[in-house]
Amino acid sequence: MDRRKYLKTLAVGSLGAGVLISCEPEQKGAIEAPKTFTIDRTKEELVREQKLLSETFFDEHEMKTLNILSDIIIPKDGASGSATDAGVPAFIEFIVKDMPRHQTPMRGGLKWLDIQCLKRFNVDFASSTSQQQIEIIDEIAYPEKAKPELQQGVAFFNLMRDLTATGFFTSEIGIKDLGYAGNKPNQWDGVPQDVLDQYGVKYDERTLAESVKFEM
Amino acid sequence: MPDFQIKKTPKDYDVCIVGSGAGGGMAAYVLANAGIKVVLLEAGPLYDPAKNVTQLKWPWESPRRGASTPLRNFGDFDAAYGGWELDGEPYTHKDGTKFDWFRSRMLGGRTNHWGRISLRFGPKDFKRKNIDGLGDNWPIGYEDVAPYYDKIDQLIGVFGSKENLPNDPDSIYLPPPKPRLHELFIKEAGTAIGVPVIPSRLSILTKPINKDRGSCFFCSQCNRGCTVYGDFSSSSVLVKPALKTGNIDVIPNVMAREVMTNAQGKATGISFVNKDDMQEYTVNAKVVVLAASACESARLLLNSKSSQFPNGLANSSGVVGKYLHDSTGTDMGGILPKLVGRKRYNEDGVGGMHVYSPWWLDNKKLDFPRGYHIEYYGGMGMPGYGFGFGMQGTNGKYPGRDGKQKEAGGYGTSLKDDYRYFYGASFGMSGRGEAIAREDNYCEIDPTTVDRYGIPVLRFHYKWSDHEVKQAKHMKQTFAEIIDKMGGVVTYGKSDGPENDYGLLAPGRIIHEVGTTRMGSDPNKSIVNKFNQTHDVKNVFIVDGGPFVSQADKNPTWTILALSMRASEYIIDELKKQNI
Repeated sequence: MDRRKYLKTLAVGSLGAGVLISCEPEQKGAIEAPKTFTIDRTKEELVREQKLLSETFFDEHEMKTLNILSDIIIPKDGASGSATDAGVPAFIEFIVKDMPRHQTPMRGGLKWLDIQCLKRFNVDFASSTSQQQIEIIDEIAYPEKAKPELQQGVAFFNLMRDLTATGFFTSEIGIKDLGYAGNKPNQWDGVPQDVLDQYGVKYDERTLAESVKFEM
Repeated sequence: MPDFQIKKTPKDYDVCIVGSGAGGGMAAYVLANAGIKVVLLEAGPLYDPAKNVTQLKWPWESPRRGASTPLRNFGDFDAAYGGWELDGEPYTHKDGTKFDWFRSRMLGGRTNHWGRISLRFGPKDFKRKNIDGLGDNWPIGYEDVAPYYDKIDQLIGVFGSKENLPNDPDSIYLPPPKPRLHELFIKEAGTAIGVPVIPSRLSILTKPINKDRGSCFFCSQCNRGCTVYGDFSSSSVLVKPALKTGNIDVIPNVMAREVMTNAQGKATGISFVNKDDMQEYTVNAKVVVLAASACESARLLLNSKSSQFPNGLANSSGVVGKYLHDSTGTDMGGILPKLVGRKRYNEDGVGGMHVYSPWWLDNKKLDFPRGYHIEYYGGMGMPGYGFGFGMQGTNGKYPGRDGKQKEAGGYGTSLKDDYRYFYGASFGMSGRGEAIAREDNYCEIDPTTVDRYGIPVLRFHYKWSDHEVKQAKHMKQTFAEIIDKMGGVVTYGKSDGPENDYGLLAPGRIIHEVGTTRMGSDPNKSIVNKFNQTHDVKNVFIVDGGPFVSQADKNPTWTILALSMRASEYIIDELKKQNI
């Protein structure tokens, strides 16, 4: 598995076709690529990523509201930090640019929330007191008991809850909190014995005999 | 000098292969190792999973946390470049029918991200017409292909267990991994209701088989491509060693336009457009091997029209593009309440399921003619985009950690804990079944549309029949029974009914499309003979899924590989005898 040799072979293999191959565009793309990415990106992807990263969607007021909302949904607790600690608002800013279908529901939902607060408290959501904020959130956070006239708010909060949770539990803080234990080289030798015991199951003899074994 | 001219590739080759996926990669491997001079054309860029790495990356390394994009439809970490739609390369539909076409443009094609499910066809799968009178028999039988399956098992590596099943022949296996926890429950439930659940059969190296490839380190990420080549992809397992022979040139980023022919009606090579400089080129070869995928190879033949071949090349029968068929597919899944709040440990395992269910019933006793297998998934996987979505549909349905029923939805520390509590309790299953190959399901050239290279595009016409719908209904019944027996609660896939064909996915969705250049002994009813050689043009071969007469309730890759190896050995013989 001599990778260097392989790459050389690949290069020679393609150069063999002489004039046909123009490696230039690919190399050019690679050199210009921002160091933002630690994952494989094609030329076309780099162009798209750079475009997305150069745009701004939410304005300052909207971002302020997103910060408050995301921390109401995922606050700091004994196990881990809050949504803003995990960079959730920045993730939401990116994802709505990446998935334009979220733009109107998010922008419109934030506006809907501000209007509700203006009607009730004479100020926008972000400027309302924590108590006022929770008062309105309580009315849209529980889909099955929410009033019919607040269903638009429920739909917005469902989306906001989804994006906040996904943003949080795919962050470094969130994965650690969740206790996901994989994504590293290991030897899978079956379910740990204490877990098998907990559920009252075991591997049958045939499975034990024919499954892959590892040297200790 | 004119603005536009066609440039000839300076070197002539013995064989020109179009496409570097399973079929093309295998042909390149066998031919180059036999000392034959090969040129391999690929429509996408070079790709090496050791260099183009997404394996062992964390979700936050993708700004969209692994969500799909228009350029990588199966997610930001997936190895496949491309997907259901490619910019500037449309396809169309006829009579309001549906067909979704997945295209990977890269060295190795779709083998870079596939599920590694490596099943042999069984004896009955080659002779289905004898059993139920539908479709056609293959002109070859299991005994013709078995020696090649043996060679491929050893060359590529596949794990599984010897089961001695009548129509699911055993391969030469590496040891399988032990089942995960949810898979133990599936096995228990399936066995109790008569659905066999056996170790899966995947081309992943649980033990090393040679010095060029490492063995699996159980990260569950085969779809991302493996940096140590511990799984099968055509790019790393076939094209890479083929390059080492020095007998092959790869030309990446080029779209084949036509198969060129001479006055004697023989193929002389391929004309193509280079996507980087948009210039036109030709390459000459004694033999042309098409492996661009079932539909893309059909398109190339149909677009290679001349006065000698007015219907397109090798298409005197008019059958090119017809008998297109994809596997059927439906899904169902849910939550296993006994798994909530479970203990954490690394259960990544191999990329994909550790157990599956091969078809177990006799269709003579059922109201549909062909079978299906079941694939399973679940467990404590790495979170990605979509994690936690729809919690309001879950957390109001079950008692929480404190034993109390909550109001659905919510926010705050209680909601935060729900994500932890329900993590790893979801599971699901998918049926993958055999559809009947029919003449009236086809792809053809759209008379009015070209792609960005000026190449006429494909237009699809595909309808499921009652056979597939009834099979989907049966899948759903089976899934519901298994889930019920496990003590699970269905969260998706249960509401499907006759109004939506029981959730039967659109044709093309399972990405097993085959049949467009089918094999047969009668040149009036088929395109290639039993050695994948076109009846009409002796020096043109097709080694992708196109020649499949029927696709079985199995994934097609292992059979594409076996038939490509068999065809390539035939090409070597015929070249030696100077017959082609």
